[in-house]
Amino acid sequence: MKNTALTHIHEALGAKMVPFAGYNMPVSYEGVNAEHETVRTGVGVFDVSHMGEFLVSGEDAINLLQWVCSNDISKINIGGAQYNCLPNDTGGIVDDLIVYRLKEDQYMLVVNASNIDKDWAWINAQQTLKGFKAELRNISEGHSLLAIQGPKAIEAMQSLTDVDLASIKFYSFEVAPFAGLDYVIISATGYTGSGGFEIYCKNEEAEQLWKKVLEAGADFDIKPIGLAARDTLRLEMGYCLYGNDIDDTTSPLEAGLGWVTKFTKDFVYSDHLKYQKETGLLQKLVGFELNERGIPRQGYDIVDDEGNRIGRVTSGTMGPSVDKGIGLGYVDIAYAKTDSNINIQIRKKVIPATVVKTPFYKK
Amino acid sequence: MSIPAELKYTKDHEWVRLEGDVATVGITAFAQGELGDIVYVEVETLDETLEKDEVFGTVEAVKTVSDLFLPLSGEIIAFNEALEDAPETVNSDPYGDGWMVKVKISTPSEIEELLDAAAYGELIGA
Repeated sequence: MKNTALTHIHEALGAKMVPFAGYNMPVSYEGVNAEHETVRTGVGVFDVSHMGEFLVSGEDAINLLQWVCSNDISKINIGGAQYNCLPNDTGGIVDDLIVYRLKEDQYMLVVNASNIDKDWAWINAQQTLKGFKAELRNISEGHSLLAIQGPKAIEAMQSLTDVDLASIKFYSFEVAPFAGLDYVIISATGYTGSGGFEIYCKNEEAEQLWKKVLEAGADFDIKPIGLAARDTLRLEMGYCLYGNDIDDTTSPLEAGLGWVTKFTKDFVYSDHLKYQKETGLLQKLVGFELNERGIPRQGYDIVDDEGNRIGRVTSGTMGPSVDKGIGLGYVDIAYAKTDSNINIQIRKKVIPATVVKTPFYKK
Repeated sequence: MSIPAELKYTKDHEWVRLEGDVATVGITAFAQGELGDIVYVEVETLDETLEKDEVFGTVEAVKTVSDLFLPLSGEIIAFNEALEDAPETVNSDPYGDGWMVKVKISTPSEIEELLDAAAYGELIGA
């Protein structure tokens, strides 16, 4: 199992460690509910260095990325970032990712840890297939990523840099000195819905970054946050998690990723997806809330009032900030409209639930 | 790790307090620590008579669901209803206010099969 550059620090802090995507990762420190609350009301720091990073450079970089990504890469300005999807050639999703435009001809792809090898092989194979000549580098092993998230993140981190953090727009970034390090990527992105930054640095810089972030945040009661709270935070926002809500078999359109699927260009499987869009979807990923007490879990059946199976839960939890059972799941298209009545089969019980618009958590 | 000497234990990380023919049952400090923040305790077997090792309820943490197994055969004569509104009590006071059910024991000979504190401590490596 791999360690991040900070694993020894998490262990020294007494974190509960779990294997995740081949890495030894902190799942919680003081407890998931307290950590969740810290991010919703204050500021917390996550080590998410397990995430993968690829550099794509050269004149063909945009051509390769336009082909493998579903979103329109030409819309990304230098200093901008874009949520994206890698469709596969059988109707599913290779991965979801963020694409950063670092320079005129250079992009960074940030991919899920569990998919690094698969994505790398896929993008290289597509480059060969299409005869593109972009330069590809997998820099995952040498780079770390800290997410500093919460409504107090800007204020708590401002002393670490001359960049006006409040001026970095959502889904843009600055490359600048931070925490005594020469150049890091300060990105106004995140997976919590509570605002803040993600900071990319080299592994040898990670420990200094972690320490300075905790020092600067001390007056704001910054706390380290584990993967368990990362999951409850993202689920309250209705964000997809690869492996749960989307995978090699789920359609980007059925997963609700139509907003990052742009048919103004050709990309892997785009003709089929366009046809799917025109002929209508059979099922859709929806958010739902339980009307009674209970907690939906991945894999539970979604049933109609007669008990017929109409879908499946892909993510579920007790939402700490919304204080009810919430989840994401695929349902037959007839039940996908907001306010539809569905039921979740929880062990021997059938609990009524309502399809709702996400996010579940609203500031 | 707290393992009160006066209680009996099971390999499923439950504790049993014996008072006459009534057994109070909960989960151990070790179990609540492993589960993390407990958000729901569901017991729908009140007034039912169950065999030893049958599932009498479930405990849900944020990330996991675990079945609760009855340590001794008997009738479930009480459920700690305070847990419906405050399931986190299982985390904060697992051997006290975090108790789950009371069982009227039907087969006293089963008591001998429970672990004592020393044996349970060995099981969890305490």
